[in-house]
Amino acid sequence: MSKKEPIYILNNVSKIFQDKNSRTVAVDDVSFEINKGEIFGIIGMSGAGKSTLVRTLNRLEEVSEGQVIFDGKELGKLNNKELRSTRKEIAMIFQGFNLLLQKNVLANVVLPLKLAGIPKKEREEKGLEMLKVVGLEEKAKVYPAQLSGGQKQRVAIARALAMNPKVLLCDEATSALDPKMTEEVLKLLQEINETLDLTVIIITHEMSVIEKICDRVAIIDHGKLAEIGDVKEIFSSPKSSAAKHLVLPALTGENPFDMTDKKCYRLVFDGRSATEPVIANLVKETGKYVNILSANTRSVGGVGYGQMIVEFPEDIKDQRVVLEYFNKIGMNPMEVSKAVK
Amino acid sequence: MQNTFQLILQGTFETLEMTLISTVLAYLFGLPYGILLKVTGKGEILENKVVHGILATIANIVRPIPFMILLVFLIPFTRLIVGTSLGTEASIVPLTVGSIPMVARMVEQSLNEIPEGIVEAAKSMGASPWEIIVHFLIPEALPSLVSGSLINMITILGYSAMAGYIGGGGLGAIALNYGYYRYKSNILLITIVVLIVIVQIFQESGTKLSKKIKHS
Repeated sequence: MSKKEPIYILNNVSKIFQDKNSRTVAVDDVSFEINKGEIFGIIGMSGAGKSTLVRTLNRLEEVSEGQVIFDGKELGKLNNKELRSTRKEIAMIFQGFNLLLQKNVLANVVLPLKLAGIPKKEREEKGLEMLKVVGLEEKAKVYPAQLSGGQKQRVAIARALAMNPKVLLCDEATSALDPKMTEEVLKLLQEINETLDLTVIIITHEMSVIEKICDRVAIIDHGKLAEIGDVKEIFSSPKSSAAKHLVLPALTGENPFDMTDKKCYRLVFDGRSATEPVIANLVKETGKYVNILSANTRSVGGVGYGQMIVEFPEDIKDQRVVLEYFNKIGMNPMEVSKAVK
Repeated sequence: MQNTFQLILQGTFETLEMTLISTVLAYLFGLPYGILLKVTGKGEILENKVVHGILATIANIVRPIPFMILLVFLIPFTRLIVGTSLGTEASIVPLTVGSIPMVARMVEQSLNEIPEGIVEAAKSMGASPWEIIVHFLIPEALPSLVSGSLINMITILGYSAMAGYIGGGGLGAIALNYGYYRYKSNILLITIVVLIVIVQIFQESGTKLSKKIKHS
């Protein structure tokens, strides 16, 4: 299958919420494409408009301007009946899981099949098959209240997959989960993307989620598309200030460093540079040192990925030596005190 | 003594008859009424200002009228339907009419407890408004609907006692005729005890049933 075939085309999509006293532009003239079979991330700070944007993808939210074209059909032009049958091809999972609490796991999973009029026996077989995919076969008769958050989201995924959709929209699907459960759900999403060749669209405010599984990402800032591209590229050299904010956790996290009077740089480990002890070699070769302010690296298949924020020496000459060293080994550090603000 | 026992027994049956039939009838109309109130509301799946406005207004007009006054007011209507305004059957008419708005509001409230996300999920699955009501809203609200219906039944039981004052049957009439007009306070006392027992049974079974079907 050609990788570049788009499943979604957004043309100048805007969403304006208007009432008597206020006018809010939630989505502002956004255009991009999402390709078949990819895991596509949409990231932004809360309130950036990404949740509204994703809701235009299955027309839970009507666009004010522009077009959303799904699989060749313009969603805005569909009548109610056509829209309902198209929605069956666009599954969605949510931050709050949205499972029916009064129905057991299997009954939840087969609900879309019930709506499609599939006979009881057949839909229960399919439901059990879907539960097997998410690894919760033995929980078929259990009620959602007895499940952990991660398990609930997996049930929601099984329910979403039951209709063999073309796309899976994930609206902050891991935001209510702890890191371990997040990992569990992301792994599952990656698995189904590969095995079912399903396009997965992930909406999140966490860069770590994007990094882990997305191929491409769109960064939404104040309703506008700030940047779009390959995740690796954006992660190592973010251009827009919104992207910089998202990939520089030290500056935007709970413990922002005061970098105003310090010379701070961001080092990106993208697999090439992580096999060698970069900081130790710096000291050994140049005799200069840097102070590590924040580090977030992890090993993926034996190579390190991640980033480090380091403070350079105070002496300007020393700074130059250090910078030259990093440039020489190909790390191209980015100055962060300048990058933000 | 034998007579008193028979009197109370008959009164109890009449009261139960009035209460149960009126509750069932009130739900027959009140359940769809409440569902319509909910789904035609602002931002809901079948948003419709006019329909919602009419339904809400009717409910708001009928509900605050004291039941005693509604009983009297509805006498001509009752005569039209059952041919008389006296007796147990006749009291079922005002009991039902007076309870429909109360039931509707209770149903609406039960449906309001369902998180919005459920409806969003239903829509994303391509469910029609009818399917959302049948497969999502009602099953999710069921435990709350059940406990609500028991509360309504107890209220209707209370109303049914009032029906005794304008010629209806049941324990209310006995309490009035014997306890009030003839000063037989022991009979009055017995009716009170029986009513308390009935309410207790309703309450207990309602709580138990609701608990049994509730999974969250």
